[in-house]
Amino acid sequence: MTPDIAAILGVDGIATGAIYVLVAIGTVLIFTVTRVIFIPFGDIAAFTALTLAALDTGQVPGTIGLLVALACLATLVEVTSLVRKQAYREIPYAFLYYLVIPAAIALVVWLLIPLKPPLPVRLAMALLLILPIAPLLDRIVFRPIADGTVLLLLIVSVALHFALVGLGLLFFGPEGVRTEPLSSFHMEIAGIMLSGQTILIVVAAIVFSALLYLFFDFTLVGKSLRATAINRTGARLMGIRPARAGTVAYLLGSLMAGVSGILIAPVNTIFYDSGFLIGLKAFVGAIIGGLASYPGTAIGAIFVGILESFASFQSSAFKDVIVFSMLIPILIWRSLAALHSEEEVDE
Amino acid sequence: MALLSIENVCVSYDKVEAVHNVSLSIEAGQIVTVIGPNGAGKTTLMMAIIGLLKSKGRMEYLGQDLARLDVESRVGQGLCLVPEKRELFHDMSVYDNLILGSYSREDRSQVPQDLEGVFERFPRLKERRSQMAGTLSGGERQMLALGRALMSRPKLLMLDEPSLGLAPLIVREIFRTIASLRETGVSILLVEQNARAALETADYGYVIETGEIVQSGPANTLIHDEKLIAAYLGGH
Repeated sequence: MTPDIAAILGVDGIATGAIYVLVAIGTVLIFTVTRVIFIPFGDIAAFTALTLAALDTGQVPGTIGLLVALACLATLVEVTSLVRKQAYREIPYAFLYYLVIPAAIALVVWLLIPLKPPLPVRLAMALLLILPIAPLLDRIVFRPIADGTVLLLLIVSVALHFALVGLGLLFFGPEGVRTEPLSSFHMEIAGIMLSGQTILIVVAAIVFSALLYLFFDFTLVGKSLRATAINRTGARLMGIRPARAGTVAYLLGSLMAGVSGILIAPVNTIFYDSGFLIGLKAFVGAIIGGLASYPGTAIGAIFVGILESFASFQSSAFKDVIVFSMLIPILIWRSLAALHSEEEVDE
Repeated sequence: MALLSIENVCVSYDKVEAVHNVSLSIEAGQIVTVIGPNGAGKTTLMMAIIGLLKSKGRMEYLGQDLARLDVESRVGQGLCLVPEKRELFHDMSVYDNLILGSYSREDRSQVPQDLEGVFERFPRLKERRSQMAGTLSGGERQMLALGRALMSRPKLLMLDEPSLGLAPLIVREIFRTIASLRETGVSILLVEQNARAALETADYGYVIETGEIVQSGPANTLIHDEKLIAAYLGGH
């Protein structure tokens, strides 16, 4: 391997890693707030790419059907539980949040499609369609078992991923898509070609991580999310609803996953089931960060991206094997590093 | 009308009943204490009133049935529990912990002023405002838990063993603070093993043993009760 090739692979790895950073940070955010390891996160990214591709060609994306179906189901679940609790006064709000808002988004997007809106509007439409999906899935799937063990939540999460892959095939079809690059800009630094897309990916990862940091540090809602992650009982005693904090976490996480889907679509061909590998690799990055530390997660995800890039050069058939094999030494290292924390368990 | 009145409340863990048929009431502005030995059901009772544990029987707060409200709504209505374990946010700063105390409040514009009030009451917290809560000493943690509770401007403040595990000097300071809260108009339900200090601070007291109220009366009567002196107040 020449230094030139190593440099190209490095740049490529950082760009791939930046995509994983976005998804991995969302994974950590949702895990710390709700204790759910949200495996379908990669699917959210892939669905965003598929949605954007459909919008680019002026077709109605399958996301609209998916969103409306999930909204109806979530409303049914929520209203049933409210009736059972005899909290009749909250039923109008349930209709507003779970049915009216998602349906309004679907309607607006549907009305906008024939107008052939410009790219920034299409990006916003794709993100708007994708944002409610994870919170709705949370309401339908996870909230009834919110007090379950982490293992139970993980098993359900894996099952949900397979259900979503099936729904993806139903709503988006089996064809792969690749969207137009968001920028045709190119530059050369020290003999290495940098595409505008690569720069955009890295900048987006930095900007969204920074925004999340500001949100956590300077807003009451952000602080309430951190509080819920640190101490659920303590948070409830402050009047913070874990379910509501979970919804905010799912919305933010979906935004990160959606952005990563938009960024990856011009680089890789995305199919209805492409999300699994994205989500799983981001998860490896999140594990390097101990599923708790955001900087650790970012470093871990970049590391996974670079490793994958070099592994695919050395032996492309084994690139996934090499990345996932990393889990074994990482888990050994994490479990050794975590030994001292047993005394803090009582919190 | 009583601020909080509970009647024939029972709380069970699975099949074991930890609190049987407890009735008590608190008037607005009163400090009421529940004393009793370890394991008598004091903490269980607190957890049931805030809604973290399910209970049977009737609980009325500000004239409304508490059973219809979940924990977060009770907090929103001015009920506030400082639990035995404090439940601080250890990896967050003292300042953030205090601000989160005000989470349920609608009157955001009053929050800075209340924060100043808490810092005046506990100057130590002001010195350590940007320190992580997990790095504080035991006494400072209790001050932070109290300060965080005050940031919610509670109508009824429930304190579960505020003196637990603290040095005698700090205990005195904590009880002085509790007594001084009387001027702010907040009602206090104080659960304590330190019966003497609790009765000296409170207006009215209940004695709980193995899940049942066995005695009650004005605090200054209870403090001179010979049976109680023998059991809890260590002679004299």
